[in-house]
Amino acid sequence: MARRAFYYNSKKFLINTLVHVFLISVVITCLYPLLWMIVSSLKTQDLIFKDISLIPHQFHFENYVHALREEGFGRSLFNSVIYTSVSVFSILIIASLAGYAFSRLRFPGRNVLFFMFMVAMMIPIPASFVPLYLLLNKLHLRDTPIGYILCMISVGLSVSIFLLKTFFDRIPREMEDAARIDGCSKMGTWWYVALPLAKPVLAVVIIFNALNIWNEYILALIVFDSRKFMPLQVALQMFQGEYVTNYPLLMAGLTIAALPIIIVYLLMQKYIIKGITSGAVVG
Amino acid sequence: MKLKDALENYVFVLPAVAIFTVFYIIPFIWGFQWVLFEWDGISFTKIFVGLANFKEIFTQDSNWWQSIGNAGYITLIALTFQNILAFMLAWACDREIRMKNFYRVIFFIPPVLSEIVVGMVWRFIINDVEGANIINRLLATVGFPNLMHNWLSDPKTVLTTVSLVHCWKGFGWGFLIFLAGLQTIPHQLYESARVDGANAWQTLRKITIPLMMPVMVLVAILTVLGSMQSFALILGMVGGEFAGHTSVPVLRILASMRSSSPRFGYACAQGLSFGMILVIISFIQYRFSKKGQ
Repeated sequence: MARRAFYYNSKKFLINTLVHVFLISVVITCLYPLLWMIVSSLKTQDLIFKDISLIPHQFHFENYVHALREEGFGRSLFNSVIYTSVSVFSILIIASLAGYAFSRLRFPGRNVLFFMFMVAMMIPIPASFVPLYLLLNKLHLRDTPIGYILCMISVGLSVSIFLLKTFFDRIPREMEDAARIDGCSKMGTWWYVALPLAKPVLAVVIIFNALNIWNEYILALIVFDSRKFMPLQVALQMFQGEYVTNYPLLMAGLTIAALPIIIVYLLMQKYIIKGITSGAVVG
Repeated sequence: MKLKDALENYVFVLPAVAIFTVFYIIPFIWGFQWVLFEWDGISFTKIFVGLANFKEIFTQDSNWWQSIGNAGYITLIALTFQNILAFMLAWACDREIRMKNFYRVIFFIPPVLSEIVVGMVWRFIINDVEGANIINRLLATVGFPNLMHNWLSDPKTVLTTVSLVHCWKGFGWGFLIFLAGLQTIPHQLYESARVDGANAWQTLRKITIPLMMPVMVLVAILTVLGSMQSFALILGMVGGEFAGHTSVPVLRILASMRSSSPRFGYACAQGLSFGMILVIISFIQYRFSKKGQ
């Protein structure tokens, strides 16, 4: 009996070790390129390919200063921060108003409108970005920050409304009814009662839209001609063209674009993983 | 009173409906009109050409079909290699092991990065400047110097290299969704299978995979939609279409819009037919899964 238990345990130990070796090798593959990027951004040009170790011997932070001083690049970082925060904040307000209404309020055409948002989720961006470009031209919104922000809001709305509506459908409405009986207006109920209850799903909405807008590329590419309006992702591509041989500077630029998103992800990963898993199981 | 009530309720959805209609629905519907014209996007002369744009796409534009083929190749590698890897990782993480959460957090780092950043970082890991190709150095160190290669400048290997980086960026999605699916399978099923003497392989084949079928179809649809549309990764890694070897549909549409003599009607037609292809593929996959059940 003891021998059998020993056999069983050692077999289990062996399998678990193999599983960990497999998982850790994938972890290394995930992290190595990022460490390489960060370490390279701290090296000098002549060292970058001679010394390929992942432990830098000197820290040349001046690469970051140079990258940010570079005309257009520091500006594009600022643009990305503005585009992301304004769009996410707008999506948050607009989508939570609509999601609340689709869940709680009655009005003619409610189901048709909600259905419109859901069907539109299936239209792939490549099918509509050319006419979108023409429309923005016509409205004189192309090559303007406001035009880009409006596009980003419309891209984020469907999924956000869906998440919020399904959340409101699941929570009991007693508290809102109580607020209404106490004479609170509909807007007041939405703001003071419904939104505070929705905090967990609002976090999911914020993070997903922030990631999406920070990393967005195709619409930024077609909307903007002026360099002064371009967000980070488009500026990086130009930066690459101009500094094709100055790798440390380029890596500093990439780190500036990637690090904020990695930090936000690590801080909020609980919500992100929850968002995907609940969305996937529901869908 | 009733009317006032309904009007008040419309205020809640008005901003969403207005922005969404103007910037999402109208362009899409408007596109159906432009496909019938030959237009450079600026001048007043729009020439009505009927369905000639579609005829050109389907019968003459070999560059377009090459780009669809390239995207199909990336998608095929993602469907097989990336999703099998994702499933194996999820399966490995679904058991009683330590550091489960650590793995989950790390595997989702590549998906949160932008395609441009991923493409550029990998480009400088496997480029050939000054013999700095780190993959090649690794191959030489582990004893396969004859496998060293200019991965990104050889037309034969460039698309496969891009596809593998695409898998690196994407497997975290499949992993998370598979893991969520696996965790919904009741553990009693595994226990009764073990009592009946089934080994791990039999359990996987007879219990896990059949129960995971809907999740697999979901992941497959997401993979196809994501991979067929990817293009920024290629811009980051290769810089362009590399004489057609890395052209994909989105890059072709952009080329129609931005060439020295732009053709917006044609670009709309390309976008529309590409969108149709995507919708049809995901519909077929969906029906296929319904039949399988």
